[in-house]
Amino acid sequence: MTAPAPAPAVPAPAAPRIRRREWLHILTRAARTPRGMVGLGLALVVVLIAVIGPFVVSYPPLAFVTVPGSPPSAKFPLGSDILGRDVLSRVLDGGWQLLLMATGAMIIGVVLGTAAGIAAAQLRGWRDGLIMRTVDVILAFPQLVFALLLVSILGPARWLLVLAVGISHVPQVARVMRAAALDVSERDFVKAVEITGVRQSKVMSGEILPNLITPLMVETGLRLTYSIVIITGLSFIGFGLQPPAPNWGYMINENRIILTSNPWAVVAPAILIAILTVGLNLFTDAIARVALGIERAEKIIAEAAGTGIVSEIPA
Amino acid sequence: MTSGTGPPRLVVEGLTVRAMGSGAAIIEDVSVEVAAGEVLGVVGESGSGKTTLGLAMVGHARRGLEIASGSVRLDGTGLSSLPADELRRLRGAAMTYIPQDPSSALNPALRVGGMLKEVLTAHGRTDAEAAARVQEVLAEVGLGSRPEILSVYPHQLSGGQQQRVAIAMAFACRPRLIVLDEPTTGLDVTTQRMVLETVARMCASYGVAAVYVSHDVVVVGELSNRVAVVYSGRVVETGATADVFGAPAHPYTQGLLRAVPSPERSGRLVGMEGVPPRPGHRPPGCGFAPRCPLVIERCTVAMPELIPTGRAGQLARCVLVETGQAHTEGTLAPAVDKDLTKAAAPATTPVLQVTGLGASYGSNQVLSGIDLTVPPNSCVAIVGESGSGKTTLARCIAGLHMNWTGDVRYAGQPLPPGIRRRPKEVLRGIQYVFQNPYASLNPRRTVGGLVAQPIQTFAEGRRVRDDSEILDALRAAALSVEVVNRYPDQLSGGERQRVAIARTLAVSPRLLICDEVTSALDVSVQAAVVELLRRLQHQRGLAMIFITHNIALIRSIAQQVLVMHNGQIVESGAVADVLDHPRAEYTRQLLDDVPKFSAAMTSSGDAQ
Repeated sequence: MTAPAPAPAVPAPAAPRIRRREWLHILTRAARTPRGMVGLGLALVVVLIAVIGPFVVSYPPLAFVTVPGSPPSAKFPLGSDILGRDVLSRVLDGGWQLLLMATGAMIIGVVLGTAAGIAAAQLRGWRDGLIMRTVDVILAFPQLVFALLLVSILGPARWLLVLAVGISHVPQVARVMRAAALDVSERDFVKAVEITGVRQSKVMSGEILPNLITPLMVETGLRLTYSIVIITGLSFIGFGLQPPAPNWGYMINENRIILTSNPWAVVAPAILIAILTVGLNLFTDAIARVALGIERAEKIIAEAAGTGIVSEIPA
Repeated sequence: MTSGTGPPRLVVEGLTVRAMGSGAAIIEDVSVEVAAGEVLGVVGESGSGKTTLGLAMVGHARRGLEIASGSVRLDGTGLSSLPADELRRLRGAAMTYIPQDPSSALNPALRVGGMLKEVLTAHGRTDAEAAARVQEVLAEVGLGSRPEILSVYPHQLSGGQQQRVAIAMAFACRPRLIVLDEPTTGLDVTTQRMVLETVARMCASYGVAAVYVSHDVVVVGELSNRVAVVYSGRVVETGATADVFGAPAHPYTQGLLRAVPSPERSGRLVGMEGVPPRPGHRPPGCGFAPRCPLVIERCTVAMPELIPTGRAGQLARCVLVETGQAHTEGTLAPAVDKDLTKAAAPATTPVLQVTGLGASYGSNQVLSGIDLTVPPNSCVAIVGESGSGKTTLARCIAGLHMNWTGDVRYAGQPLPPGIRRRPKEVLRGIQYVFQNPYASLNPRRTVGGLVAQPIQTFAEGRRVRDDSEILDALRAAALSVEVVNRYPDQLSGGERQRVAIARTLAVSPRLLICDEVTSALDVSVQAAVVELLRRLQHQRGLAMIFITHNIALIRSIAQQVLVMHNGQIVESGAVADVLDHPRAEYTRQLLDDVPKFSAAMTSSGDAQ
């Protein structure tokens, strides 16, 4: 080679779509849609209550302060619960553990499920069969029942509960991620890397995973919502967080009996859970819609591949 | 040229189509006319606006676009002012459109017969009339000998048959205007030949005003009476086909023609670098100025007018024409420098030797008895239509397809099937460039990351010290080093394919397998990529396998050729021998099917 080939005299194509931090881009776009705005707003209100709550309680949440089941009054804005503890204080203090545990369970479920799904899609053959049939067996149980089964085997310790709920997410996540990864693993760019003899684990993490951002984000939101529902559900039937520490799920259960004398002891935690799950669900939905819109626009771009309307795709 | 007589049937005047949001013009101030019985070719690269123009001719603007000004009139009826239901009545009956991909244009849930009948009954024919007409029109497109075709679904037909059904559908109601948008792109040459013949015959026998939109100048040259060359949303040259292609006045037309490969002449292909400017980012002056080899200062200031070149009816939009300096020498004259096809094969160990290779997918035998030798510093072309097994052969050699038998030796050593069983040194030595650069680059990696990947893989623990290896590879592939931080979707198709090539060059392979590397690219870009590969092969002494369905290309790059058909080799030998004196019937067929400029046009070019 004599001289380096002259750089082609190409005017640099304008660069409107930078893929760095695509997840951030999707998040901000989703947060700007009406659906996303409402969802994020609702969820944030509950999260704020759960996070700030423990610092602003007016009574120790475990202290017996008044007559059991008394209705709201000036001193006790939400009345007292079945044992005479301040409902407002217990509501304020009963959320952060739930959120923390739900987040933990979500992470476990999404990480394991994604790993299983990508591995099944990329490795194929008997390993695919082994992973997916295992998943199918677990899927045969309703998720709550499966989590219950694990908890009853493992015991009611807090971290075991997180683990149990996380594992109960794995099958669903694995199914979704496998379907998405199958599509990606068939593409030539994966073959182009395989051909250089790169380890499978590196192909999966370096080539396939980064192309699964969209389903990953949607799964994250969904699994967080489900974790909250399942953990509160388990707490309600007494398998989750153990009394006397306040938690929204168990509060609903223990105060059912005083529903007539002080409904707030049940309604307040129930409303918070409902707002949180509805909000998260709405926001997840907004993410899915935005991501789908981007994907569709990308598809149009790929098809039009420079037919001149690329920059005009209504996004 | 046999132009139509009487008043023009389709008149497009000052047509401008804009994007609704930004107001950027996709096509601007386009005026063309098509008479009955005439075929107008609309030629341009991807991004020139030719599809938008084609759709506007049937009164349609894609979502997000609008016809901003100008008029489209069919027999005097202004289409842009018609209410939607009037327009619908005309579409399918008086004017029809054949899109590029027949498999997506035909309804997969309807049988062929039902689909054809639907068009007719929707436009007022009775069932009996429709049934008779369906038989008639199917016979006309050459599908009449198969009565069972009425009851099959589109997916049961081959690509060529699907496209002929689409043509039958378009002609069913005896339209006055028909717009064909790249109807043969994606078909192999033999099928393309069949479809083109059908189109030509139908256009002639119906006396329809036809518009043929394509990036392929040769196909347009073969089919059309008049052409309009579109660039950057404007007509840059128009006139009788023989004049425009025989003596092109605009540098863009000349560039398009120079990029055309031919099985008859060997020589370097001259590609055009760059891409058409995008709508909204077009330069103030001539749209072609940034890529034009003859650019002068005036070009960048003001848009030149479309003015007569001196030949009857030929107009061009170029400063050089205004100043009378347009050089219209015969650009089609063979640009032979030296014979690229001469064999350079000293008796050394071949880089690759394949003996008796057979391969199968499951129980389906797709290759048998393949012998292939690739000497060092030479290029072997493998030619065949889709389904001939040429890509499977490449994948066997590269280790992507494992189910094969036979003996494959790389540098004298037997090659095991499958990537995992091959030593690193072999994997490094055999590199593969994939067909579609839109699929072969990970969209989440930057160009730098893509090129670094194989370097790091083969570095064997050695830390890659700096970026110089990456930048060298990019320069070797004639890419600007500025692309290193871009993502694939910020590159044009040609640039992407160069990145794919740079990625393989980065690890200094001995054998480069190029699998249909230009089939997803425009002809002008194809020429540039082929020329790059040819130069690299010479400079680096690479052994190369160049797989293509386009037999016209191989003289520009290969010394040896192997013609494949149905998983077997039907002919092999030196390129010049095979192309000049084909022995196998199939090779002759392939050569005949390559679209060619007519002899008259070529000589008119030479005569200048």
